[in-house]
Amino acid sequence: MVKLPIYMDNHATTPLDPRVLEAMLPYLREDFGNAASRNHVFGWKAEAAVNKARQQVAELIGAAEQEIVFTSGATESDNLAIKGVIEFYKSKGDHIITLKTEHKAILDTCKRLERVRQERLDELKLLRLAQLAGQDVTEDNQSELLAKHDVDSDETYRKWAELPTGGARVTYLDVEPDGRVSLEKLAAAMTPKTVLVSIMFANNEIGVVQPVAEIGALCRSKGVLFHCDAVQGISSVPFDVEAMKVDLASISSHKMYGPKGIGALYVRRRPRVRIAPIIDGGGHERGMRSGTLNVSAIVGFGMAAELARKELPEESARLLRLREKLRKGLTDALDMTIINGSLEHRLPGNLNISFAHAEGESLMMGIKDVAVSSGSACTSASLEPSYVLRALGVDEELAHSSIRFGLGRFTTEEEVDYVVNLVVDKVRKLRDMSPLYEMAKEGIDLKSIEWTAH
Amino acid sequence: MAYSDKVIEHYENPRNVGTLDKEDPNVGTGLVGAPACGDVMRLQLKISEDGLIEDARFKTFGCGSAIASSSLVTEWVKGKTVDQAMTISNKDVARELSLPPVKIHCSVLAEDAIKAAIEDFKKKRAARQAKAS
Repeated sequence: MVKLPIYMDNHATTPLDPRVLEAMLPYLREDFGNAASRNHVFGWKAEAAVNKARQQVAELIGAAEQEIVFTSGATESDNLAIKGVIEFYKSKGDHIITLKTEHKAILDTCKRLERVRQERLDELKLLRLAQLAGQDVTEDNQSELLAKHDVDSDETYRKWAELPTGGARVTYLDVEPDGRVSLEKLAAAMTPKTVLVSIMFANNEIGVVQPVAEIGALCRSKGVLFHCDAVQGISSVPFDVEAMKVDLASISSHKMYGPKGIGALYVRRRPRVRIAPIIDGGGHERGMRSGTLNVSAIVGFGMAAELARKELPEESARLLRLREKLRKGLTDALDMTIINGSLEHRLPGNLNISFAHAEGESLMMGIKDVAVSSGSACTSASLEPSYVLRALGVDEELAHSSIRFGLGRFTTEEEVDYVVNLVVDKVRKLRDMSPLYEMAKEGIDLKSIEWTAH
Repeated sequence: MAYSDKVIEHYENPRNVGTLDKEDPNVGTGLVGAPACGDVMRLQLKISEDGLIEDARFKTFGCGSAIASSSLVTEWVKGKTVDQAMTISNKDVARELSLPPVKIHCSVLAEDAIKAAIEDFKKKRAARQAKAS
């Protein structure tokens, strides 16, 4: 008998591998030293442990240990990469290209930089308006003066507007229906002001793997830095910063069976990539990220990286076999199912599938002993269906009917068999009470009905 | 999100799921909501000549709260007159099921479904009477 509840949400987080916990324990007990304490044995032990972990993390992604900056996690790494590059290279340009399907840590960072730029431009505009009008601009006379003076086409203002603002301009590229970026569209979006391309390795919802090596080669040839959010999938698909010409990469420990609260930013040394820090202080991590190192978590992260590297080929094959069993089990038993995103270019442990006419949240309620995620609006605070699925052009109803399965190192074949049976049963039950399924079966085109949106 | 016990109970044992013959002159059908919003409710009422609701059936595409709201109103309207059923409000449904604020729209949909089904029945009857006279 299979043990409940079953965890199939390994894109959200992964369980801590017991071998990782074992490695960490001494650093939560007797070896508590500060890695920055240079003159006693407690500090030396901590420093040695951090160095080893740095080596382990670097090796997983084909980097050198001096290129690893430890952070609190991938959200911080994403922030540091983008804000750090924009600030450091501000005299070179301020244009970023990213994808609509990126993680919020990328999208919201970009949006903040756009706001910073807009606020600076608004400020400059008022300054120039005052000059042109020869009087102070107040809230009362502002609109009247703006009507009189066309600041937008004023040459001086336009020159000012091209100066560094501290913010950025951002292009959010659409993806193709399979979830991958088009290299032609990426190349076409580049301008002389483009300093950074930020494209993820694998998507956290649909598991689609981007053509990272091709993107890296394109960016290198155009002299544009390439940041890759490599949070998902590096323990099941090979990721190599040299082969893929990645300049900056965000990685996270708790997505590969390590502890939470620790991650890293890879920063390339040759050719050298520079970033301005976003956290100032004691100058840790070669000045790029101040703050006392979280030694026990770093040790765990290092062990997790080493296990991931050693077990990747086996793990990848095992996950693929289980995922295919899950996929075939569901699609053979049920009609009207749709796999969201490319099946070919996908993480082996991911299945994002829509069961047409069975709503995602109610399906999750029906399989409450199985932890999964849904793209249904009802599972989010915003009541908007998944922006990733929408960016693929997935119909809204199908976005509401999507379930994300994330298989992992500890998923068993018995669990997959159990989940297939349970999901098939519950989808049938929901469809039996779905007016849409009944109508679809009768051959009624649901698009032809005038629905009352609410 | 945590569901109330009543929502879970209705979700696990929905009452009166099914389909009535929509061509039956005594059956009113209300179809409300939209697939794009993630909720569609279909409520069917079989109404006698003297205006008594003899039977009710529903089918719902939507979250657990939407299913529970429609299941609950099928229980409530059975045996009521059309006029009594028209007074059932979304607030009654939301209160009975302890719906959180983000799920209030499910109860609104249930109220709308009752009204739409009754309106459909009245339209049918008016058309029939016009034909007869």
